Amino acid sequence: MAAEKAEMDALKKECDALRTQIEAARKAVNDSSMSAASGGATAVGRVQLKLRKTLKGHLAKIYAMHWSADSRQMVSASQDGKLLVWDTFTGNKLVAVPLKSAWVMSVAFAPSGNLVASGGLDNICTVYNIKAASPKTLRELDAHTGYLSCCRFLSDTEILTASGDTTCCLWDLETGKQKVIFTNHIGDCMSLALSSDMNTFISGACDSLAKLWDVREGACKQTFSGHTSDINAISFFPSGNAVITGSDDCTCKMYDLRADQEVIGYQDTNLNAGVTSLALSSSGRLIFAGYDDFNCHIWDSLKGEKVGVLSGHDNRVSCTGVPADGMGVCTGSWDSFLKLWN
Amino acid sequence: MLKQIAAVKLRRRACRIKSSHGLLILKGQNSPFSRSFRWIPLFKLPSFCPPFLVSPLQIEDIVTHIQDETDGVPIRTVKSFMTKIPSVVTGADIVQWLMKNLSIEDPAEAMHIGSLIAAQGYFFPISDHVLSLKDDGTFYRFQAPYFWPSNCWEPENTDYAIYLCKRTMQNKTRLELADYEAENLARLQRAFARKWEFIYMQAEAQVKIDRKKDKTERKILDSQERAFWDVHRPVPGCVNTTEMDIRKCRRMKNPHRVKKSVYGVVEEGTQSQSPIHTPSQQYRKGTKEDVEKEILFLNTQLDRHCMKMSKVAESLITYTEQYMEYDPFVTAPEPSNPWTSDDPSFWDLESSKEPSQQRVKKWGFSLEEALKDPTGQELFLKFLESEFSSENLRFWLAVQDLKRMPQQEVAQRAQDIWTEFLAEGAPSSINLDSHSYERTSQNLKDPGRYSYEDAQDHIYKLMKSDSYTRFLRSNVYQDLLMARKKPETEQGRRTSLEKFTRSVVSVLLLLLSTLKTAFINV
Repeated sequence: MAAEKAEMDALKKECDALRTQIEAARKAVNDSSMSAASGGATAVGRVQLKLRKTLKGHLAKIYAMHWSADSRQMVSASQDGKLLVWDTFTGNKLVAVPLKSAWVMSVAFAPSGNLVASGGLDNICTVYNIKAASPKTLRELDAHTGYLSCCRFLSDTEILTASGDTTCCLWDLETGKQKVIFTNHIGDCMSLALSSDMNTFISGACDSLAKLWDVREGACKQTFSGHTSDINAISFFPSGNAVITGSDDCTCKMYDLRADQEVIGYQDTNLNAGVTSLALSSSGRLIFAGYDDFNCHIWDSLKGEKVGVLSGHDNRVSCTGVPADGMGVCTGSWDSFLKLWN
Repeated sequence: MLKQIAAVKLRRRACRIKSSHGLLILKGQNSPFSRSFRWIPLFKLPSFCPPFLVSPLQIEDIVTHIQDETDGVPIRTVKSFMTKIPSVVTGADIVQWLMKNLSIEDPAEAMHIGSLIAAQGYFFPISDHVLSLKDDGTFYRFQAPYFWPSNCWEPENTDYAIYLCKRTMQNKTRLELADYEAENLARLQRAFARKWEFIYMQAEAQVKIDRKKDKTERKILDSQERAFWDVHRPVPGCVNTTEMDIRKCRRMKNPHRVKKSVYGVVEEGTQSQSPIHTPSQQYRKGTKEDVEKEILFLNTQLDRHCMKMSKVAESLITYTEQYMEYDPFVTAPEPSNPWTSDDPSFWDLESSKEPSQQRVKKWGFSLEEALKDPTGQELFLKFLESEFSSENLRFWLAVQDLKRMPQQEVAQRAQDIWTEFLAEGAPSSINLDSHSYERTSQNLKDPGRYSYEDAQDHIYKLMKSDSYTRFLRSNVYQDLLMARKKPETEQGRRTSLEKFTRSVVSVLLLLLSTLKTAFINV
């Protein structure tokens, strides 16, 4: 027993030593700050957006939304037990998918536009074919032992899920089986984002860490720390080199994959509400972050300043999304409405 | 009241209300967010309180002031039919007061703020379960401080059961249970079957206490109690402002917090747990393997070369600067943003075969951008054809397709790709280094969607460093970029010349291959 303990202690000591070295290496490259460097960047000024449309149709809290790759259709999920597919240009509802379990937490649109997926407290990720005459359940992916917090399609044949059981998983939709399981987080996984080349993805969890994973290998490649509470939202910077996270500690942070550390933080002493969701404009310059204070605040990603706010929801903003063409931003709220702004 | 309405004018100067807590509520014309308020909380919210738009102390400030005898709204008893309605104020009065005292110009904004305060139950309509504010003669009553949300109520189902039970004991038609309440009661009776006797006794005790109160006082208290439950057990269809995110509910954040009962009920034994509350997950205890894995991981991290922050910042800034003219939030799209103008022409132009200069410019940012746009991809392919290296792109595209294919077709397709691009004497043979070639042929023993990952990566890098750079310098690209228009006749001549050259070259190639075969057969 004593020998085992001694061994463990030695190993832990080695870990600590390595961590110190890594910290030192990170400090060594920290020769400048983003806010200092961005002094010369073009100013964006005050961003004042107008509400263009309010999409009404859900009867209870909206928990999630996702844009289609065509930048025109969008799917939203509400705890009234329905998924609604919208044509955001006309404001019409195209498809209504009734859910088996009303406790939905996440929704995703496949890049092809043929499939949508959702999941929640039932621990299952259900994939629906919405191109059929009436929405048909294609697959029920049932293996997680915790709630499904997020899902994202790679194609019509593969999907990634993040779960409250602290793991993420890559599924094959044709067999309905798990292909790769990503374990490393020690807290509920809350959110995930796929890189544009689909070879890597990032996840944020309740252990306050963000991790970068290799999709094929299943290994965690990098870990980013700094937050002091649950990370609820995560997104790639459009160049694919950086990661933005939003947390219950009321701040957002940008981490760069090449510098392996935090580059800049987005916080305001007046903001006492947790971040629930975030989305970036197509150039990456603006960050739209939804907060518990019923607003969506807009940040200048390079200078770290707040440049605008979207007020209008009567309850928490639970989801935010910018379509691929970047034309505007959509906010979804517990007040059951989706609002489109630009 | 008329005086108050007349007094509301468009004010541009800052207005301050000093409160007993010493809080400042500012609305200044210099605020960049002129339509919103900047609340300056002097206290940090306790961590276990649900989040609010404004801190509870500030709302309570407003709610305290609005009930002030001299400066507040007129709260009075209203005669109605055979009865008197005590302690009410109209919605319109509340809206007027908010506009005057919080310096709000737009009545809609005052209603919005009022509704947010109402949603949390600080005041409520006396004859409705819907907690929002209407700018009319609807009567509202203020909530008792005991029931204020700032007390961090999280009432248990036992309390709710006692309340509903109590209601059934009161013989008043207007306090009859609504359908959803009757359903809830039935459900709770099933859930608490074993301790229903206890609940019943508590309800009886509450009724006894209530009976001792003055009639008017009881009316007021009954309505306040009902409003409290409207907040914590809302009418189906209404948004519950006290609910926490169900994903977070599952972890008891503050097990030390003392749970209190609305009716002062002290229960022996374990407290009733709602089905959503479960004790926090027991995290896996670190085993030796875990620590060893951690060491391996940390070593890889250490070996990783960290880029200098200055370089990182530069790269991110350059990227955004380059793409800002394509970001509709920063640069207005031409001819218009479809969301704003309701005119889809921008989308039509983006997908047309006649690309704008701006679109063509984007193809020059990276090979990825060129391939993303179908027209760009087409042009690049044409260029490669003119250089007789189109097999690279065609291979890359074929592999992309393979990755999205249904499983049963994968094996065949993978084989077809091998035959077309990699086999001996392949018609579109690609140039792969021997290492990748070996790896790929190994992969093909068990063909799958990702058998060609290595090869594809290699070919992509080749195109990027070699063909793509030449493409950007080529006439076909430059002409489009500069929007150079060629006169019709000259174009016609060039095309036919190209065609002639191509046919000559293909004849020569055919000759060569026939000679080669003939040579081999000899």
